[in-house]
Amino acid sequence: MEPMNEDDKRWDERVEEWKTGRVVADYQRVPPRRSEYTTLSGAPVKDVYTHADIRHLDPAEDIGLPGEYPYTRGVHATMYRGRPWTIRQVAGFGQAEDTNNRYKYLLKTGQTGLSTDFDLPTLLGYDSDHEVYRREVGRIGVAVDTVVDMHALFDGIPLDQISTSMTINPSAAVVLAMYRVVADERGIPGHVLTGTTQNDILKEYIAQNEFIFPPLPSVQLVVDTMEYGADVMPRFNPLNVCGYHIRDAGSTAVEEVGLTISNALCYLEHAVERGIDIDRLAPRVSFFWDVHNNFFEEAAKLRAARRLWARLMRERLGAKDPRSWLMRAHCQTAGVSLTAQQPYNNVARTAIQAMAAILGGTQSLHTNSLDEALSIPSESAIKIAVRTQAIILHETGVADVVDPLAGSYYVESLTSQIEEDALALIERIDALGGMIEAVQSGYAVQLISDSAWEQQVKVESNDTITVGVNDYVDEDETQDIEIDRPVPGVMERQMARLAEVKRSREDRQVTATLRAIEKAAPDLHHNLMPLIEDAVRARATVGEICDVLRDVWGHHQPSTVF
Amino acid sequence: MTSATAGLPPLKVVIAKPGLDGHDRGAKVVARALRDSGMEVVYTGIYQSPESILRAVVQEDADVLGLSSLSGAHLEYARDLCALLKENDRRDVLFVVGGTIPPEDADTLKGYGVHEVFGPGTPTAELVAYISRNARQARLA
Repeated sequence: MEPMNEDDKRWDERVEEWKTGRVVADYQRVPPRRSEYTTLSGAPVKDVYTHADIRHLDPAEDIGLPGEYPYTRGVHATMYRGRPWTIRQVAGFGQAEDTNNRYKYLLKTGQTGLSTDFDLPTLLGYDSDHEVYRREVGRIGVAVDTVVDMHALFDGIPLDQISTSMTINPSAAVVLAMYRVVADERGIPGHVLTGTTQNDILKEYIAQNEFIFPPLPSVQLVVDTMEYGADVMPRFNPLNVCGYHIRDAGSTAVEEVGLTISNALCYLEHAVERGIDIDRLAPRVSFFWDVHNNFFEEAAKLRAARRLWARLMRERLGAKDPRSWLMRAHCQTAGVSLTAQQPYNNVARTAIQAMAAILGGTQSLHTNSLDEALSIPSESAIKIAVRTQAIILHETGVADVVDPLAGSYYVESLTSQIEEDALALIERIDALGGMIEAVQSGYAVQLISDSAWEQQVKVESNDTITVGVNDYVDEDETQDIEIDRPVPGVMERQMARLAEVKRSREDRQVTATLRAIEKAAPDLHHNLMPLIEDAVRARATVGEICDVLRDVWGHHQPSTVF
Repeated sequence: MTSATAGLPPLKVVIAKPGLDGHDRGAKVVARALRDSGMEVVYTGIYQSPESILRAVVQEDADVLGLSSLSGAHLEYARDLCALLKENDRRDVLFVVGGTIPPEDADTLKGYGVHEVFGPGTPTAELVAYISRNARQARLA
């Protein structure tokens, strides 16, 4: 830090005098509303921030200009003055045709990108005819067993013009291959495909809990998909590293940034170990953040994460291509902040969170629907959520200036604090031996559980007020919102379709392609993607391909820690 | 602890996650709150089948079963568990369900034999009070 000059000293004295004089006098008249002010993550918040709080920052090196290293102010120079963020609502339920109809509705409503939720059997690598799990077919996402379902899912959607994000993790390799095969069979070349598979398995072990195989082969499979993406669909992001689930599982904002970046480093460092050039993969890594209620903390979090990532990629991993330094991100408003009580209040929460995401400089955004504390959203609720983004874009003016919060004493100070604390967490995980170790030892799970518990205690002691839940409660509240109900008969229809695909495919080819995967899988450095693509083309199912890998790699055991 | 359970060994609770649903923040928070109130709590972890949940209840000789579901499959899993508890002579277990349960499903669940349903935002103190009051006197209908 630079030595203080006379002006700074005089200013600090003046602030000190004001604090002990005016501030104390005012608090004597009207005491503070709370005994302690903190962000949602528990970081202390001062009465007021002044020039002294950002004096240590170098305006050029730490804050800089939009579109330039270290990207504190955004990944693009012009941000939303040119192209607005992508309005990307996730949708998925029932059979492929049901979700396909919802996509067409969303595109008509004003959505500009697609996003898919798959059902639990697909996510966890089971087929729709599984004896126990078939009851979950098509419930919280769309059912996909074979590439035939993928064709139906994207029927009539111009895959060469619209980007598709797919929320899929342990079975992501199979679904990524399916996407590529659908395009190929429709005559669309791989190099025009854009979109994302989530494919962030590490956060599954510590937060979202959708996993199949143990961590090491899973991480290597992610590296396979990244390399495959660079080869055959170079504009597609095979990996979307997620803070969202870590935060919704109960972490603080700082833990969200620290754990997510640790996960991202883990994939890339395993790729480098395999001799893959960092600059071949890193430009296609994207991120996904949870935007919660504490407005300034959330906007600052996005700014801090971008700066930290740029610095780590350049300095720690030695990436040379500036595109490798860029943290491009999708944001979603916080599902966990929605209340089942007085559900219409969720519209206000979501709008405020969405605005923080925009001020933080997101590239795309999902706004939650008001009914999502109770079920997957109804069409009318989705429409309000989508239109909320249009209102922010067209009516509020917040998108008309690039990074308008820059230079705010408070926001810059929070940005630095989050960056510093997240880096300290990343270094703690390094000291434990890296993220795979932090998963296996239970460290990361415990960290998140403890934070979730602390937040619960604050709500229960009324230290944190949630409107409609522990204050402003309506005793005679009646739920009068429309609730989305599962489409009837989905399981039966999906099982029938699967049986039909199995009847009409060439069994010998299926067996041969599955055998090839089985043979190659024990070598964790052997890229399995071309083999998985062959199996997908032969109409092998998600369950069959994952079963082969389960047999070779085994299962990861769920944690019983709480 | 209420007077009904004073002097008796602590209540034994199994908190379970059925099926493929991984959302376990609520289950873990509830488990911790019940443990802090003096109950003995076992968390099954995710990916449990109705049969494996029944096994945990029997092995632990649990007084209470708490089922957590946020994947929309609560009706089927709770129905199977009610049947299994009855078939295996564990009608004495206090069976509660929590999670993202649409209000009109609460009645259906109670029709199967579930004793109480707790939606999002329920204070854990309310759960502790309910369980302390009703455990060891339950009969599955």
